[in-house]
Amino acid sequence: MVPTSPRRPGVASNPLGWLTRSSGTWLPPLLGTGGFLLLWQILSSAGVIALPAPSSLFTEERTRTLILYPFYDRGGLDKGLFWQTMASLSRVAQGYTLAALVGIAVGITIGLKPTINRAFDPLFQFLRMVAPLAWVPIALVLFQKNQPAAIFVIFITAIWPILINTAEGVRQIPQDYRNVALVLQMSSRRFFTKVLIPSALPYIFTGLRISIGLAWLAIIAAEIVMPGTLGIGFFIWDAYQQNYVGEIVLGVIWIGAIGLVLDRLMAWLQTRISPGQ
Amino acid sequence: MSTLLQPTLAGLPSPSTEAFLRFENVSKVYPTPTGPYTVLDGIDMAVNQGEFMCVIGHSGCGKSTLLNMVSGFSTPSSGQVVLHGNAITKPGPDRMVVFQGYALLPWFSAYDNVYLAIDSVKPDLPAVEKKEITREHLAMVGLTEAADKKINQLSGGMKQRVAIARALAIRPEVLILDEPFGALDAITKEELQEELLTIWNTQKCTVLMITHDIDEALFLADRLVMMTNGPAAKIGEIMEINFPRPRNREEIMEDPIYYDMRNQALDFLYSRFAHDDTE
Ligand SMILES: Nc1ncnc2c1ncn2[C@@H]1O[C@H](COP(=O)(O)OP(=O)(O)OP(=O)(O)O)[C@@H](O)[C@H]1O
Ligand SMILES: [Mg+2]
Repeated sequence: MVPTSPRRPGVASNPLGWLTRSSGTWLPPLLGTGGFLLLWQILSSAGVIALPAPSSLFTEERTRTLILYPFYDRGGLDKGLFWQTMASLSRVAQGYTLAALVGIAVGITIGLKPTINRAFDPLFQFLRMVAPLAWVPIALVLFQKNQPAAIFVIFITAIWPILINTAEGVRQIPQDYRNVALVLQMSSRRFFTKVLIPSALPYIFTGLRISIGLAWLAIIAAEIVMPGTLGIGFFIWDAYQQNYVGEIVLGVIWIGAIGLVLDRLMAWLQTRISPGQ
Repeated sequence: MSTLLQPTLAGLPSPSTEAFLRFENVSKVYPTPTGPYTVLDGIDMAVNQGEFMCVIGHSGCGKSTLLNMVSGFSTPSSGQVVLHGNAITKPGPDRMVVFQGYALLPWFSAYDNVYLAIDSVKPDLPAVEKKEITREHLAMVGLTEAADKKINQLSGGMKQRVAIARALAIRPEVLILDEPFGALDAITKEELQEELLTIWNTQKCTVLMITHDIDEALFLADRLVMMTNGPAAKIGEIMEINFPRPRNREEIMEDPIYYDMRNQALDFLYSRFAHDDTE
């Protein structure tokens, strides 16, 4: 970032001056993260923990190659992190899209109809407490095939926040807006597009944002059920079975970073689509 | 009860035997945990077409309840409210409401709020006409410039103007306003009262308006309905306000009758039906 203030002599027009002035925002996280990495480095060098030190990600050849060449492709499963990530993301995208469609549709229905809500709420509350990993055997029994089972695990993990938040958003539509629709005798289609969706949108987005994180978390669980396929989840599982601890660490850091990017992306989308509400 | 069927507007077509809008022995009882609570008890009243009626009464006496039975958001526990000879059972665009909290859709602009109302009520009208009506009504309330602003960017007075424009744009037979100017400053309030009168003069819809302000009622209304205190509130008195129209605030206030009426209303509210503040 470059200072936008008018050019003045001295520190004000100096990027370094800006850096020192805004140090309150970037310094603490830098110190925190740096301190954490340093501690980790010391602990593993001293042999207190069995995990390889962060510096070894660059000194060890396997992980250095992975970091430096994300696009390499030697055929089969031997591909760079970029390709692993893309494979996982496309699986997440499918399960998540399905979760969003079904979650919003069901959420609107139970938000509008208290009876249906009462009928299914206990079931939903129960199902949403089941951990992604627990769905894996069920998914395998249900679908018999790896690919649909993995997508189902992502779907069933991601759907609950979307469904519950959408229903809440619909219930929270102010009575005033409903009354306007009643006086004007709006058609249900018009009420849906002009009142219901815009009014519930902030809630729907909250659900979508929580869910994208969950969907990404579920990817490990989903890909463990698919041995021998491309994907960041199986990449870690494979590294574990072959005892490449450095690769596991790299994979985990990578997953965290992608999750963070996805979350930021949803937050940004949220501010773009429903600003100031 | 006095005869309430006299037309008060000069030049109005003589009323038929059926009045335009009538309350026929209307009562409203709410069930509460401590037993049934009677809000309104045996209301009988007739409103003429094109009449401007104000309703005044202490807080909680049932003014909103009374008008909600005209808009159709609430139905009487006994008796009925009849418009054009038909009992009112549900809300409809012929009885448009200016809601207490404006009830404008904040994700739309002022223009889109008005347009949506017209488009919902008359979907078959050509788009050009709908746009024309929207612009015309925004102009009436002086909002041509601010038409494209989002609701959140408007002041309270401007929001109320949009709400009034939206309500009148669908050409209701009855316009219902629930304390429309209560939250506004004195100057904006007077401006809006004058705008409302001007528009009402051109459209001649029937207006039912709740207010807490006696001067407002005396400036606007043809008749002022004064309600007794609840529970089981009734219509205490109906005051005819016969100042010629178009009205001029200064002229009215110079009229000695103005103060007689004002005192009569004050006496009703603060002596005969003083609110016991023990609640
Ligand atoms: N749904 C309800 N259930 C029970 N009591 C109600 C209900 N709605 C209104 N009441 C009661 O009916 C009475 C009249 O309410 P109403 O809103 O009509 O008063 P109001 O004259 O419009 O008051 P204000 O001037 O404060 O707006 C109040 O005592 C209120 O508590
Ligand atoms: Mg009220």
